[in-house]
Amino acid sequence: MAGKPKLHYLNARGRMESIRWLLAAAGVEFEEKFIETSKDLEKLRNDGSLMFQQVPMVEIDGMKLAQSRAILSYIAAKYNLYGKDIKERALIDMYIEGVADLNEMIMLLPGCPHDQKDAKITQIKEKTTNRYFTAFEKVIQSHGQDYLVGNTLSRADIQLVELLYYVEELDPSLLANFPLLKALKTRISNVPTVKRFLQPGSQRKPPLGEKAIEEARKVWKF
Amino acid sequence: MAGKPKLHYFNGRGRMESIRWLLAAAGVEFEEKFIDTPDDLEKLRNDGSLMFQQVPMVEIDGMNLVQSRAILNYIATKYNLYGKDIKERALIDMYIEGVADLNEMLMLLPISPRDQKNTKITQIKERTTNRYLPAFEKVLKSHGQDYLVGNTLSRADIQLVELLYYVEELDPSLLANFPLLKALKTRISNLPTVKKFLQPGSQRKLPVDEKAIEEARKIWKF
Repeated sequence: MAGKPKLHYLNARGRMESIRWLLAAAGVEFEEKFIETSKDLEKLRNDGSLMFQQVPMVEIDGMKLAQSRAILSYIAAKYNLYGKDIKERALIDMYIEGVADLNEMIMLLPGCPHDQKDAKITQIKEKTTNRYFTAFEKVIQSHGQDYLVGNTLSRADIQLVELLYYVEELDPSLLANFPLLKALKTRISNVPTVKRFLQPGSQRKPPLGEKAIEEARKVWKF
Repeated sequence: MAGKPKLHYFNGRGRMESIRWLLAAAGVEFEEKFIDTPDDLEKLRNDGSLMFQQVPMVEIDGMNLVQSRAILNYIATKYNLYGKDIKERALIDMYIEGVADLNEMLMLLPISPRDQKNTKITQIKERTTNRYLPAFEKVLKSHGQDYLVGNTLSRADIQLVELLYYVEELDPSLLANFPLLKALKTRISNLPTVKKFLQPGSQRKLPVDEKAIEEARKIWKF
């Protein structure tokens, strides 16, 4: 009888947040062990728990899984959020990799050199509206269904809506011309498990403040 | 009756090469349409063939699939190179994501600023011998089998061996202390489909030389 999944990461969003969202949306309770100092990370490494000496790492079903994509794919498959067949999976993969590309840009923004930040923000906003949101709005428009793939909730909906929240934090006006994405965001946010995760006091992590970034720079040396 | 998969990319390795390796190893014949000028890329974009306006794109089984991971996942599943169950898939994913991380560093090396190149090479070599190769050598040692996962050929073996060829191109001495990886490389290279792909005249692409990079920089403005 397996216990709850145990997440090893910083007390921050980073590369673990999509995993928290997916577990939460799937209604799976999980524990977290936060890495607060270099020593904490060193200990995990010395334990041999981290295949590539990196986190995220999730203890789940007897495995110590590293690599966020491996973890996400396992969770999605286990909880039936990965489509019903190989072709649905292909569409889901295509969509979530696009989500991951934009998410990566937004995630790396706080670590960006100060003199490059404004240019990066402009580039992100342009890519968001002209490339990514246009593509996803078009998908929903093409079939008119409530979910991105197969008329069923999948990781694609959850991971896209997570991204929409980050875009909204950057600039709410970016969503203005995408009514179907806004409707998807509302719909997914009202799924009971997601709604609970969006409440204060859940395991959802807030955006990094300047102070937290400076602290992280020290621990992770970037 | 589906035709052969059709690969849309530059006439170079880049993010399409792993797809070529996997198709070839699976014994699947494929066609290639090379993007030689910005006009070629513009045409594909205007056709609406590229979900995020980017390549790689592969026409396969009635889909215009983009995002290299989506394409690789589809091919691996279709040709039974993705493990026999969800847990084998998790291991395979963890391994190939580690391969992808090192491969990304190697792939971006030719376009890194000249004054940073030597530092980058040193860092890549260090990561190769201290992080990635030991991790995979340890996997093989742990079970003593001929393949990384489930005692059966999977995409993990193919993608890792592809990487070992790139590491060897950078510096053959890096493989010196990893006998099990060297044996895997030999074993996989002797598979009939892989052996054929490794012959001159196959669709395998050569490393980029300085001249080709300069030409590409002019055409593509980077």
